[in-house]
Amino acid sequence: MSTDALFHLNITNAAYIVAAILFIVGLKQLGSPATARNGNRMSALAMLAAIVATIVGNDIASWEFILGGAIVGSAIGAFSARKVAMTSMPQLVAIFNGFGGAASAVIAAAELIRLIDNEADIAQDVSITIMASVIVGGVTLTGSFIAFGKLQGIVPTRPILLPIRNVINVALLIGMIASTVWLVIDPSMTAFMIAGAIALALGILVVIPIGGADMPVVIALLNSYSGIAGAATGFVLGNTVLIIAGSLVGASGLILTRIMTKAMNRSLANVMLGGFGVEDGAASAGGEDERPVTSIQPEDAAMMLAYAQSVIFVPGYGLAVAQAQHQVRELADLLKEKGISVRYAIHPVAGRMPGHMNVLLAEANVPYDELKDLDEINGEFQRTDVAVVIGANDVTNPSARTDKSSPIYGMPILNVDAAQSVIMMKRGMSSGFAGVQNELFFLDKTQMLFGDAKDSVEKITAEVKDL
Amino acid sequence: MFDAEALIIALTVFVLAIFIGYEVITKVPPTLHTPLMSGSNAISGIVIVGALLVAGQADGIAGQILGAIAVGLAMINVVGGFMVTDRMLKMFRRSGQK
Repeated sequence: MSTDALFHLNITNAAYIVAAILFIVGLKQLGSPATARNGNRMSALAMLAAIVATIVGNDIASWEFILGGAIVGSAIGAFSARKVAMTSMPQLVAIFNGFGGAASAVIAAAELIRLIDNEADIAQDVSITIMASVIVGGVTLTGSFIAFGKLQGIVPTRPILLPIRNVINVALLIGMIASTVWLVIDPSMTAFMIAGAIALALGILVVIPIGGADMPVVIALLNSYSGIAGAATGFVLGNTVLIIAGSLVGASGLILTRIMTKAMNRSLANVMLGGFGVEDGAASAGGEDERPVTSIQPEDAAMMLAYAQSVIFVPGYGLAVAQAQHQVRELADLLKEKGISVRYAIHPVAGRMPGHMNVLLAEANVPYDELKDLDEINGEFQRTDVAVVIGANDVTNPSARTDKSSPIYGMPILNVDAAQSVIMMKRGMSSGFAGVQNELFFLDKTQMLFGDAKDSVEKITAEVKDL
Repeated sequence: MFDAEALIIALTVFVLAIFIGYEVITKVPPTLHTPLMSGSNAISGIVIVGALLVAGQADGIAGQILGAIAVGLAMINVVGGFMVTDRMLKMFRRSGQK
């Protein structure tokens, strides 16, 4: 090795260390909304440093292809980042995950081709990591695309259960192990292609039996996979910055997966086995309740709110579907002008991915210090005059605390029933996703306000203005 | 490509990085979980480094094309991921802040 090459190598490695540090500090700054934007810029800077260092430190033979790929990729990325609606953020993250997984798989293929062309003997650990890279990458690719399809409504959101799916899955797993052993003993593109095809099929089969409402967990898990695929690629190429950055993403995805499953009162195994929500229709059809509820009109709701001292809004995905975020913020502004304390209680599963509802409310100019999570707000309900539930259901059901026979027993809920009075905005009396009747509806303190959320909030705002 | 000793070092780095990731990411508040996901997605675009390496070292046309595809896919993640995260974080403001 010439001194010149050695120098390049050292500069490159130094830049990789700097990049790794910047990634970690950047993620640390995501710990507060005040510093988060800066943190994201730091991570972007780290990426730039890693890219420049790689280009400078290595003999890049042909530029045309690389440049072409980089330009096309950047253009697609920039375009989608600018155009995507905030409600479609889960789809965007899903599809980006898929591309990340695909990149890892393609790199593994290119590296194997190079190794077969140049080396008689491929070390075992290299062939194993190549297989890990293509398998995790392949599963991430098709799994993410199916998740995207389910979120977008292209693929049916209901769980699709193949009759002999367990047999198929086991067969695929055996095939995967067999092709890995084959590649380790006798490196060939055929073994690689078989493993790749199996991984692609497995990605589809793993996600297709999972219902649309469980997609937040799936996206978080696939996010983790795309990181692990990156780390595996780092092992293939002997590159530590890949290993570090990949592990960070892998850890992040796993943590979010755990948070989501906990908030849904489910185990990861239970989500991944799929089929949840299949009997949903039957359960809710049989669950019609004859007990009386109190229903009110927007004018009454306006009175309750205008004479309250503190109000908590409890938004669910129904709010986002009705696109009523801006109307709610307007009403909140009006109440704040009257000196009423206004806060928002956000359950982890309020949106379609972790933290989704917070982004939707931030887009409607709701300040982040008014957005409270489960632990922060639950003690506050008893000191609150009116809790307004908009398009949320299961996450407010007190049975989760008290009724051991309820399917949602043990699920962490917002203690809306502790508020002095509750306004429940809903289209009708239907039960939530879990197919369980919400006990909150039948409390004396609960007033039902039936109708479209956006429409109702607008009417309340108009009434409050006139008071 | 590793010899046995280098593999141990790589595994050590892997394990330590997971621990750091766990410590740092558990401190991210729920309100920022979506930007965290899109931002970490962008970070997983670090495979761009691998894509550049294989694309640069490829001597056959197949390797070059695969390398270019990998570069393109990784760049979608990098550029799209960081841009969309910035777009979201820009919207987060305190009360009274314009």
